[in-house]
Amino acid sequence: MTGKHQPHTHRHTIAVLVDNEPGVLARVIGLFSGRGYNIESLTVAEVAARDNLSRITVVTSGTAQIIEQIKAQLSRLVPVHKVVDLTNEGPAVERELALVKVAGIGEKRVESLRIAGIFRAHTVDSTNESFVFEIVGRSDKIDAFINLMEPLGLVDVSRTGVVAIARGTQPL
Amino acid sequence: MSHDHDLNGAEILLKALADQGVEVVFGYPGGAVLPIYDEIFKQNRLRHILVRHEQAAVHAAEGYARATGKVGAVLVTSGPGSTNAVTGLLDAMLDSTPMVCMTGQVPTSLIGNDAFQEADTTGITRPCSKHNYLVKDVNDLARVIHEAFYVAKSGRPGPVVVDLPKDVVTAKGRYIGPDKVRHKTYKPKVKGDIAAIEAAVELMAQAKKPILYLGGGVINSGLEAVALATKLVKMTGFPFTQTLMGLGAVPASNPQYLGMVGMHGTFEANLAMHDCDVMVCIGARFDDRVTGKTSTFSPKSKKIHIDIDPSSINKNVVVDIPVVGDVGHVLEDMIRVWKAKQLHVDEKALKSWWREIDGWRAKDCLRYTKSKKVIKPQYAIERLYELTRDKDPIIATEVGQHQMWAAQFSKFDQPRHWLSSGGLGTMGFGLPAAMGAQVAFPEKLVIDIAGESSIQMNIQELATLAQERLPVKIFIMNNQYLGMVRQWQELLHGGRYAESHMDVHPDFVKLAEAYGAKGRRVDKPADLDAAIMEMIETPGAFILDVRTDASENVFPMIPPGAAHNEMLLGPEDEAEKPSSEDGMVLV
Ligand SMILES: Cc1ncc(C[n+]2csc(CCOP(=O)(O)OP(=O)(O)O)c2C)c(N)n1
Ligand SMILES: [Mg+2]
Repeated sequence: MTGKHQPHTHRHTIAVLVDNEPGVLARVIGLFSGRGYNIESLTVAEVAARDNLSRITVVTSGTAQIIEQIKAQLSRLVPVHKVVDLTNEGPAVERELALVKVAGIGEKRVESLRIAGIFRAHTVDSTNESFVFEIVGRSDKIDAFINLMEPLGLVDVSRTGVVAIARGTQPL
Repeated sequence: MSHDHDLNGAEILLKALADQGVEVVFGYPGGAVLPIYDEIFKQNRLRHILVRHEQAAVHAAEGYARATGKVGAVLVTSGPGSTNAVTGLLDAMLDSTPMVCMTGQVPTSLIGNDAFQEADTTGITRPCSKHNYLVKDVNDLARVIHEAFYVAKSGRPGPVVVDLPKDVVTAKGRYIGPDKVRHKTYKPKVKGDIAAIEAAVELMAQAKKPILYLGGGVINSGLEAVALATKLVKMTGFPFTQTLMGLGAVPASNPQYLGMVGMHGTFEANLAMHDCDVMVCIGARFDDRVTGKTSTFSPKSKKIHIDIDPSSINKNVVVDIPVVGDVGHVLEDMIRVWKAKQLHVDEKALKSWWREIDGWRAKDCLRYTKSKKVIKPQYAIERLYELTRDKDPIIATEVGQHQMWAAQFSKFDQPRHWLSSGGLGTMGFGLPAAMGAQVAFPEKLVIDIAGESSIQMNIQELATLAQERLPVKIFIMNNQYLGMVRQWQELLHGGRYAESHMDVHPDFVKLAEAYGAKGRRVDKPADLDAAIMEMIETPGAFILDVRTDASENVFPMIPPGAAHNEMLLGPEDEAEKPSSEDGMVLV
């Protein structure tokens, strides 16, 4: 942490199962900001209403030591049931959804629609001068799509952040 | 059952506190908690200590908790009451002190409206409490209180805040007992992994230059852990050191004790930490005050780390064998496995290691220049220790040079007799902490070793001492300076003493008298013993204003950003040591 050359940092996707109680998200976010950890994306929603459980997926980056700290600090929060490092634990599926608004006419409009087709994005809203595309995929795919839309009249983007789940038969 | 429905929130709260075995609560009333105070008024079981500032209530509860091992309890009102408590909460958090702090809150219907004396208490205290709750339904109240006590004392202890809206404490609801409450998620692991324990003891048996490094976790773990730590020390014959928080875990009179480790630790403890080949860290956390510069910290050693908090492992220093578990449980297993495997230490290697250590000891690093004219601060502590040791006093401190001298020159043979703000370094901690300890042990000699500046941060508690007839002795090491600040300015800022001298201080003797206590001033070494005896023998609270040498610095010192083997041993070292650039940004 102190040495002159920075050790390698890695991107990790961490799933956190928490009691769905007031303040729990603030605890998680406060932990990251208070201790100076990165949050690249964070999603949260209730996943088991009966057990009152929410699942937080957080994408972060840091050295191996920092990632260990992040997991230990998360586990230490009282309402946390489970912390799983999906990046370490083996293959996981990661998805993000984005809504991408592109405004334009003529050639550019046609081109945006063509590229959306290649990316298997859905058109969920359309006016004579605009589209809203819905695209689902890994974050890098969404990045690529947005980059391609940039010169074609990109005006607005809304992204969910990453949700992730381990491959195979096991629960979290 | 129907009877249980007839209780209002305040009654439920008091019943829950009684079922948790709470005997004393430190507090201060206000609008939002009046219904609770009304209930306190109607009963005799729970003793309420009325402090003069909410910060002091929290430190007093800390003193009580640290001296007894029980969970401290605090009750304050909403808004300013809860914000005043914040410093104490963080202090308890950093020093792993179990506590439940109940705060009043505006009624639920007004939350979020910037109501009178509203504060977002759960928001403000989230990063300075182990956990917190806002109780919105009176039927959750009993469960929350029981959970709060469980969380406060389980695993790594800490402060838990329970925010209580006024309508919740007046509403009628249901009581449930502690036996009905089981926490859903919080179940800290107390047993250490046996494979790790086996690896640890085998490493210890091979060690040629071992050291045991004991922290406050040994004391927090309980009396059994303390006994086991002493047993381990005896069984291995290893040298051991203790952190500021660990003083008294294993008796200081044990011949294997090297003294305290860290920034103002002894030469032999720090060099042994630096040169060892196996370090066994037990209930300590490689705090920066202990390690100095981490990149050069104990470079040749394999490290074993026993801690109940997994987040302490590999946080500051990467270790070779982590053992997550309660110190008591882990030490029990370690000793058992050691015996079962019939392990032995490397006697020969250990002998030559001790020879090396004895060489460092011969430096006599706590030596200081005696004086017949002025009272040297070290001398003041030495005399206080000698004249009170047969009484087994509980020593609290404020923060600064006096705190370090107190740590260096008092010897603790028992745990829970040393109350000092380690992690947060809170000036103003000592007097209320001493007060809390005195509440727990009314017959015991309790002394606050104070600086003339720190003491003024919670001096108002002299009134509490008077009201509760608490005979706390306040031993002020009066150097007219923010001494520790002055020391850093001398060593690191070219002797530019910006704002570290105070021209005006109260007459502490008159101040004591104003509060109904007794006091005396002493400025000659020859009068010191008599003054100390007067302080001890005078019934009731007492301030001894000891005028000490203002220019004295605390040595040894590892300057900020330096390594353990770059210690300054005394004034003669100062000039040669340029402050490193790294060091200048460290605190
Ligand atoms: C609340 C608080 N404010 C500021 C500091 C910074 N600080 C550390 S030691 C110290 C000086 C304490 O002076 P005094 O109580 O007279 O003790 P001395 O060092 O002179 O023994 C100060 C200002 C602190 N630790 N706590
Ligand atoms: Mg001073």
